[in-house]
Amino acid sequence: MSETSKAVRVGIEGVFYSLTHVPDLVRYGSKPSREIRANPSLVEELSRKLRSFADATAYAPHQVFIGNMTPDELSRLPKPWYDNLLERALPKGAFGDVVEQESFYGLLSQADQFNLVSLCEPWFWDRMTKPDEAARLRLKSFAEVESLVRKGALPLYSGNKLVGAFEPGHTEDANLTAEVLLENLAAKVTAAHSLRALLDSLRLNPREVDYVISCSEEAAGDRYNRGGGNLAKAIAEEGGCENASGSDTKAFCAGPLYAMIHGASLIQSSVCNRVAIVAGGSLAKLGMKFESHLKKGMPILEDVLGGFAVILGPVKAGEACLRLDSTAFHPVRAGGSPQAMAEFLVEKPLAKRGMKLTDVDRYAVELHNPEITVPSGSGDVPRTNYLTLAALAFMRGQIKKDQMEDFVRGRGMVGYAPTQGHIPSAIVYLGHALDALRKGEIKNALFISKGSLFLGRMTQLSDGCSFLVERNED
Amino acid sequence: MLKGKKVIAIGERDGVPGPVIAECLGGAGLEVVFQVTECFV
Repeated sequence: MSETSKAVRVGIEGVFYSLTHVPDLVRYGSKPSREIRANPSLVEELSRKLRSFADATAYAPHQVFIGNMTPDELSRLPKPWYDNLLERALPKGAFGDVVEQESFYGLLSQADQFNLVSLCEPWFWDRMTKPDEAARLRLKSFAEVESLVRKGALPLYSGNKLVGAFEPGHTEDANLTAEVLLENLAAKVTAAHSLRALLDSLRLNPREVDYVISCSEEAAGDRYNRGGGNLAKAIAEEGGCENASGSDTKAFCAGPLYAMIHGASLIQSSVCNRVAIVAGGSLAKLGMKFESHLKKGMPILEDVLGGFAVILGPVKAGEACLRLDSTAFHPVRAGGSPQAMAEFLVEKPLAKRGMKLTDVDRYAVELHNPEITVPSGSGDVPRTNYLTLAALAFMRGQIKKDQMEDFVRGRGMVGYAPTQGHIPSAIVYLGHALDALRKGEIKNALFISKGSLFLGRMTQLSDGCSFLVERNED
Repeated sequence: MLKGKKVIAIGERDGVPGPVIAECLGGAGLEVVFQVTECFV
């Protein structure tokens, strides 16, 4: 990239996050499904530790996720958070919501264009209040649903009750099995929900969106096009963005920030006027660390699908913006050590603008909830990342050694996102950043994401990108 | 003491990557039979 000091700003009009609570899909997460196959009795053990919707809503990290509480407020609450549930917690937040499993099944069925999802009619009528929805759903008797499951459809449960079935899309294609299609459709539905909610909250007509970029973690396609993609366009359709086209941006957990950079570039270059960046949840990651949680007598905390939507548009005076000129990428030559990451994604781009690490008010890194990761030995991911940044600031003489903890506390934050890969990856802080910028509590935030490219066995490389978000004072 | 020993190196994304561990141990005379970097979140 060329050296420049000219500020290039693209407006961030808003963000919305969703957490879809799907306790009865945890068994279909990659890790639980493998372990249950080896030991079927695990299903009962797992089921005993699943949370209710009320408990998932009252879980403090989820309240931070949807904007009803700040990360700083969370850090002052007693732990464990799962034992200290909040009173009077609401599923609607300042910039997000928690969605109940039953609503999700309805959304899944409505978004299904290939007769994959069937719901039990008696169960549906017991719970649904909008009769007009029924016409858009595939409702069947309990016996018919049971028969579908016997023939190989994936059973959908509500507690221990069979309430639906998800059929495969092809009898032989490994990319169109019921498991894969459920994962893909869940990503589409949870992303589309966030997109619709955001457009509603901004009072924006979906037709005003020109382009949708999805950075979800699914791989949609058949056996000849594994991961062929463009889930973005399916999400645009489901969100009512009929004038939009779209495409996917994939980069493991770094996908959302790349998508933001690509979207901002489309606007800056006048190719588009308004771009939506969206992502749905990762079904595969449900219950990823359930064994550790069971061993420690904890509830299964990985029972939610994350999703988000951001609208980018032309920059406005006084509003939050993405500094496109601050964008930094992790080059092939950089190496994958945490220090190299910090140098290329933080130190060098800041230095290019004459800034030190201490000129950034808040750093958004991968904000995994430590209550989920620490029991399984995966450590406190955000704290590790903040300590690396603090160490770099110390090595460069910008802070003293005894100020490292203050750096971590003041410019970092506690993790609060479920382990949904791309969702915790910095983008989860954008809602709070916009609030803090609006209130004048911060003047900027640096968003940093990392991608584990080596997991795909195509390269040993890591990856990452970063950018500054600030208020447009021009 | 370790020279000639076989070793499996498992690196971590936020810590030390597998190839770095392998290079250090290989340089110390160990035989790295498998190395990988994993992401545990």
